[in-house]
Amino acid sequence: MSTEPLLAVRGLAVVIGGRHILHGVDLDVAPSGVTALLGRNGAGKTTTVRGVLGLVPRTGSVRFLGEETVRLATHALVRRGVGYAPEDRGIFAALTVAENLRLAERPGAGGPAYGLVHELFPELKARAKQLAGTLSGGQQQMVAIGRTLLNGNRLIIADEPTKGLAPKVVTEVARVLERAAQAVPVLLVEQNLAMVRRLAEHCVVLADGRTAHRGPAADLLADPEATRRLLGVGRRADAVSEENPMAPQDTGTAATSAADSGKAGA
Amino acid sequence: MSTTVLLAVTGLGLGALYFLVAAGLSLIFGLMDVLNFAHGALLSVGAYATWWAAGGHLPGAGSGGFGFVLAVCFGTAVGTVAAVVLELALIRPLYDRPREQVLATVGVGLAVPALLSAIWGPDARPFPGPAALSGTFGLLGARIPVNRLVLIGAAAVVLVALRLFLGGTRHGLVVRAGVEDRAMVTALGIDVRRAFTLVFAIGGAAAALGGALGGLYYGSVDPGQGTSLLIFAFVVVVIGGTFGAGGSGAATGSVAGAALAAVVVGLVQQFANYYTASGLGDLAVVVLLAVLLLLKPGGVTGRLA
Repeated sequence: MSTEPLLAVRGLAVVIGGRHILHGVDLDVAPSGVTALLGRNGAGKTTTVRGVLGLVPRTGSVRFLGEETVRLATHALVRRGVGYAPEDRGIFAALTVAENLRLAERPGAGGPAYGLVHELFPELKARAKQLAGTLSGGQQQMVAIGRTLLNGNRLIIADEPTKGLAPKVVTEVARVLERAAQAVPVLLVEQNLAMVRRLAEHCVVLADGRTAHRGPAADLLADPEATRRLLGVGRRADAVSEENPMAPQDTGTAATSAADSGKAGA
Repeated sequence: MSTTVLLAVTGLGLGALYFLVAAGLSLIFGLMDVLNFAHGALLSVGAYATWWAAGGHLPGAGSGGFGFVLAVCFGTAVGTVAAVVLELALIRPLYDRPREQVLATVGVGLAVPALLSAIWGPDARPFPGPAALSGTFGLLGARIPVNRLVLIGAAAVVLVALRLFLGGTRHGLVVRAGVEDRAMVTALGIDVRRAFTLVFAIGGAAAALGGALGGLYYGSVDPGQGTSLLIFAFVVVVIGGTFGAGGSGAATGSVAGAALAAVVVGLVQQFANYYTASGLGDLAVVVLLAVLLLLKPGGVTGRLA
């Protein structure tokens, strides 16, 4: 297998309303497994993802599958094989579950993989005709992730897929992403370090709109000083309860990243 | 009784005309956040193209029978093409500059009537129509002009067709989703700009049809017709937004809301103009708008569509 990164971002800069949100983000997504994008609240994680996709004006270089995409419109990059589950889940509340999924269908080899989506989330089949706005947070996240699995994508970008979900649902989302990552590389923005520990092989840490650290996820999590310095975690990252490994930690990074998302939506 | 019936049917006919303009305005605003002040110009283009064709300038078209149908189709087609050209040439290059976009549509809204006036003169021109549509028929003691029924029928067909399009086609699905969250639609790999052009085409077609049939309603065409109808169409869109909020889908809700609001505005205007002083009907509509906005301000600031 090629060791060339699937997605290579260099010097990504984003200016919104005269404010420099990103100053120069470098990140690689490995051609297999999960790459975690970490950082404190407001470090620029969501803006990085939106910048990669072209949802905010950006400069720098974004190479996907060896092709420079920084001048491509969002839909053109996505059609090259990117599935995106945004932080706010991006659900169309006034459309049904089935319509939300149908929107994500793209013409291509084999047609949409409803078999896979319904196998992973049987509930989506049962609730096909329900308005997506009436679903629970966990069910909406299933729709969001289901949409990324429909098209045989080459890369899945999941922005805090476990945010605001009950512990049981977090475990479910982790299970699905783990399974998806066996087939498709995943770029995972995550605050829940137990989730990162379970899924991620590589990690990129942002601080103040720049890349502050890159390397194997396990090495970072094993280094209490580095996790504290880079992520603001107040205690050892592996102090998560073994009984409930997916429970969010009571540390700064596990808190909701309102600042991060608020800025990205500006 | 006969007066009430006549006023009601005339109000419904006027409402149908408002709906044909407001449906496109509402969809365009809902999907693209564009206040299209050039929408009245599209109506005028449709009206003049139909008048021109029905006047014998288009081979096969004329003022009677199939020739008139052809003239209406021609007028609608010209309005549709004008709307597409407007979107591609003026609206699209200004997506990131909403203020300039508004100014550009205002400019077109002023320039088109001026152009029509320069070519065919500022005075109203008699609108040729088939004899069958210029007569009246009896209903509950009232003599109702047939052209009112044509307008009401056309608006009903457009309403049903729009709902089928929005609810039953993939393009309609994209429009409904785009009304909720444009950015997410593009993030699913869909070129939402194509939906923009499509919505402009649909809105232009409906407005141009309104212009063609409005010629029958008024019996004449003049350059300012579109502009004066546009004002009431905007009122209909805003009132429809207050009705449509919380409806089934944002976009389908907006079309249904616009239809209902068009009927209300048309009826209020007719009855108030007749039973109070002429001209007070127009004022009554604006008062109605103000009252609704005071009671339910979310109708505008939330989502018009």
